Amino acid sequence: MANTGTSSVSRYFKDLYDAVTTIFEGMTVTCSHFVRKPYTIQYPDRIPVRIQDTLPSRYRGILAVDLEICTGCLACERACPIDCIVIDAPKDQKTKQMELARFDIDIAKCMYCGLCSEACPTGSIHHTTEFEGADYSLESLIRHYVPTPVSAYKAKKGEETDPFVAPILERGMAYIADYAEATDMKKYKAAQEKAALEALAPETVAEEAGT
Amino acid sequence: MQGLLDGLIANGWFVGMPTEMVYAAGMFLFGLIVVFGFVLPMVPMIVWLERRVWSRIQSRIGPNRVGPQGILQGIADGLKNILKEDIVPDAADKGLFLFAPYLLVWGFVATFVVVPFSSSLIIADMNVGILYLTAVTALTVVGVLMAGWSSNNKWSLLGGIRSAAQVISYEIPAGLAIIPIVLLTGTLSMQEIIQAQGAAPWNWFIFYSPFTFVAALIFYVSALAEANRTPFDIPEAESELVAGFATEYSGMRFALFFLAEWGTLYVIGAVMATLFLGGWQVPAWTDNLVLLNLSQFVLFFIKSFFWAFLAMWIRATLPRVRVDQLMSLCWKYLVPIGFANIIGTACMMVVWPDGNRWISYAMFAFTIGIIVLFFRRVVFHIRRVRPELYFNPAI
Repeated sequence: MANTGTSSVSRYFKDLYDAVTTIFEGMTVTCSHFVRKPYTIQYPDRIPVRIQDTLPSRYRGILAVDLEICTGCLACERACPIDCIVIDAPKDQKTKQMELARFDIDIAKCMYCGLCSEACPTGSIHHTTEFEGADYSLESLIRHYVPTPVSAYKAKKGEETDPFVAPILERGMAYIADYAEATDMKKYKAAQEKAALEALAPETVAEEAGT
Repeated sequence: MQGLLDGLIANGWFVGMPTEMVYAAGMFLFGLIVVFGFVLPMVPMIVWLERRVWSRIQSRIGPNRVGPQGILQGIADGLKNILKEDIVPDAADKGLFLFAPYLLVWGFVATFVVVPFSSSLIIADMNVGILYLTAVTALTVVGVLMAGWSSNNKWSLLGGIRSAAQVISYEIPAGLAIIPIVLLTGTLSMQEIIQAQGAAPWNWFIFYSPFTFVAALIFYVSALAEANRTPFDIPEAESELVAGFATEYSGMRFALFFLAEWGTLYVIGAVMATLFLGGWQVPAWTDNLVLLNLSQFVLFFIKSFFWAFLAMWIRATLPRVRVDQLMSLCWKYLVPIGFANIIGTACMMVVWPDGNRWISYAMFAFTIGIIVLFFRRVVFHIRRVRPELYFNPAI
């Protein structure tokens, strides 16, 4: 170390002085943190209302299926980019009806993209607001939604009359409407942007349309 | 302890038994009570306190789930460690590897033999007390070196060797810082050192003279280095050596290393309190021996925990020093100043054989001044940042 003009003795005592004063200053800074409010907050299980109940309906939590309104169309299985949904839907030979034999969702694989719930025609497969999925084994994270084979839902002409299925279907359609609203907003915004572009330079847009 | 047994013998207890056997059995029993009734429950408390102190300094909340305010967190961690598999690496020197943690814990628990909890609560008031204490704390370095060598792992070996170099170096300033006190009292016994001090702060040895004040600081710094505490935790520097000598350990043995590490924190506090802060000295406020001993115990506990708390605070404040900085601090600064302290104390004893009250008062006032200045700086920092304040220590 280059000590310009100072003897090594004064350097020695200056080092000592610096050590003591800088540590003193550092300790005052950390001491001031003892009375500051922590920036982190509690994990949200110590609040009066469950945090799950306060989340919006379109929150992408763990997937759930309402078998009562599942049509067995396999749209969700096809839409899933990582194949975490497995459905067996054979046709019953006697009644000539679609039957759901298996509907498994591997929560461990699911990446919560929401493509399956967008594809569902009745809103049967949907995200819940539940997000605490910790469990002791990978196997227990595979959710089996069909305990015993049931026949698939068949859409009726007009209103749903079954008093048991009707509210479930209503919830499903409301869920789809929520998604549709978001999709409509996207389309609306795209149209707006296009209109703005046309207002700026009508020729280019017309040319593009022509070609 | 011996006084209590003498009293029992005089009252007709243990008739027909050799007195030495009674003493030995009494010490053994009291030692067991201290280790299992005091040391083992206290270490999880220290770990919990340390984690809470860090978390407040780092603007976090910290463990608060297990028990009230998370106070049982250390017990939960300890149970978890006991239940985990105890892995011995294939290439390790098996015997040494398995034995090393016990040596470490042995060196740590043995220090409690001479810790004076109150005027009668001490396992053995040896006439070489403080010397014995420095001797058995040096035993931990053997354990650390053994652990580092037998793991057959580069990180462990480096950690062990660093620890050996560090502990052996810092034994010297620690010993030099004890000598002024030994000069003043003319004894090595822990109880007699405390009896030479008074209950009032200006009768403590830390305020006896400027030399003992500096000696207290030197001893504290050296003790932190000997206990491998930040800013001197290079033997287990996480960013360089994974976990140093503890890298290959798991389960119960890993827990033993950390039992010793955090327990040493209390031992440092206890020795600081004994040598410099007047130990268990309370004003004689009651004739009831049990109550008096209890108040002495509580006061000693508070004084010890003050230093333990300071170590946690320092750990949250200062960065780790480099190996060469560590050595230069020891040999170029602490050791010469330690010698100067001894000479200064000796000269002072020639001039004022019974000490000088006014110097003690002045040192006490000086310390109060430093504390006032400290809190003024703290208030300055709070005012400058204007953070959201939260005075409740419990969250």
